[in-house]
Amino acid sequence: MAASKSAPSGPWPEGRAAAEEVYRREAGRVLATLIRLLGDFDLAEEARQEAFAAALEQWPKTGIPENPRAWLVNVGRNKAVDHIRRQATFRDKLPELKATLESSEEETSDDAAFGDDRLRLIFTCCHPALSMEAQVALTLRVICNLSTEAVARAFLLAEDTMAQRLTRAKRKIHDAGIPYETPEPPLLDERIEGVLAVLYLVFTEGYAATSGAELISRELCREAIRLARLLDLLLPERAPIKGLLALMLLHDARREARVTQAGDVVLLEDQDRDLWDRASITEGLALVDEALRMPGRVNAYAVQAAIAALHVQAANPEATDWRQIVGLYEVLLRLQPTPVVQLNHAAAVSMVDGPAKALQLVDSLAARGEFREYHLLHAARGRLLQQLGRREEARLAYQAALAGTRLAPERRLLTRRLQELDRKD
Amino acid sequence: MQYLLLIYSNEADYAALDKATAKALSDEYTVYTQEIIKTGHFKGGERLKPVATASTVQVKNGKTLTTDGPFAETREQLGGFYMVEAKDIDEAIALAARIPGARHGSIEVRPIWPLA
Repeated sequence: MAASKSAPSGPWPEGRAAAEEVYRREAGRVLATLIRLLGDFDLAEEARQEAFAAALEQWPKTGIPENPRAWLVNVGRNKAVDHIRRQATFRDKLPELKATLESSEEETSDDAAFGDDRLRLIFTCCHPALSMEAQVALTLRVICNLSTEAVARAFLLAEDTMAQRLTRAKRKIHDAGIPYETPEPPLLDERIEGVLAVLYLVFTEGYAATSGAELISRELCREAIRLARLLDLLLPERAPIKGLLALMLLHDARREARVTQAGDVVLLEDQDRDLWDRASITEGLALVDEALRMPGRVNAYAVQAAIAALHVQAANPEATDWRQIVGLYEVLLRLQPTPVVQLNHAAAVSMVDGPAKALQLVDSLAARGEFREYHLLHAARGRLLQQLGRREEARLAYQAALAGTRLAPERRLLTRRLQELDRKD
Repeated sequence: MQYLLLIYSNEADYAALDKATAKALSDEYTVYTQEIIKTGHFKGGERLKPVATASTVQVKNGKTLTTDGPFAETREQLGGFYMVEAKDIDEAIALAARIPGARHGSIEVRPIWPLA
């Protein structure tokens, strides 16, 4: 642990805050490496905790070591070895573990090794042998370092329930032999898809939850974007990663404009475009371009991002290039013929060919009866019928939509639509 | 680690196969088994007779209670198994995916609880 000191030798009152700041930055990387070295999630978390306690004690006196990450890993590892030594049941495993720990001494200061460990952690937490709920919970707790309480709150679960879910997931990783490895090609691409599905779910959970836990939902979006950026950095030149990152950035850019102070939904065409985050848009647009220009089969996230890009590039709603959006939805329909995509396609068609044509599409979608979120379908039908001046049918559709959703902002929007119908009576 | 790969498939569908198809499937199993013996993954494996031949045994108050049929009625039935040695679950999944039955049925992958 020969780290050179960069701070004054006397007392250093700001030391504690500086140490905390370094810890926040390094906590994820330190944990990822400790898990590899110790082969156990809980042991690694404990070791990290103890290493941090030691840093808080020591750094204000000695200054921050030159490589604080390696310092934390080394201290954490030594604490864990002490722990294991004290536990008789582990004693027979000790020589083996010590050998691993000692052979890894020099590589822990290497940036690339830390990057590899973070990737390993991502692929382990998002392993398909774990349930989707478990993957999401582990990702937020272990990779993003959110507290169990925060993760529970984000999914409207009791803290106990979430703690149990995490314990079960970690036990399965251990008992079923889920490896702490980044998969090799050809498995890699398939597993990347799985990781992206987790990130997208975290993001949409944060983006859709417009009621109650506003702060935590913001955090979910931020973490999903942060992890996608990390993936893009560690696994460069992959269209699905760039596409999803772009998609999330372009949606998140509109966050401030899409809900009023009172928590009401503001539809895209009514949003104050000055509230959109230009930095996110610029980054997102560049990524869409990169993703679409990559060789190989066009990727669904990239197409969705391209649609979002056309929306944010219009100076006002009238300037939106709907014809191109319809074309992109047709591409997306071939990749992902889901009812939600079909409904969005119909909405775009109404802007190009008018509400009558779109209503035909929506009605045929309804007739096929494969739609699960019926309130969305009714709401879309209602809007088209309203535009066509078929007020009574529109009223029935809005009422059906209202009956199907409990989300307060959505309910207020539908109520507003019903009032619009009344006004014209 | 050792894993038990449990092969579930619909017996009725299997029984309805014509002779040539059934033979081809059986040959595929032979080839697969030979392959995993060669690679050292194979620890054991058998085909089971249909669930119609199953009996379920329980001991209650010291008395043995035997009933006709499998423990649980399911849409797909346990028809055979392999016991394999694999580095981790990814290797076990890859072995399971190559079992011919994975294409029409399902393979349950269960880690063996090692004796302490």
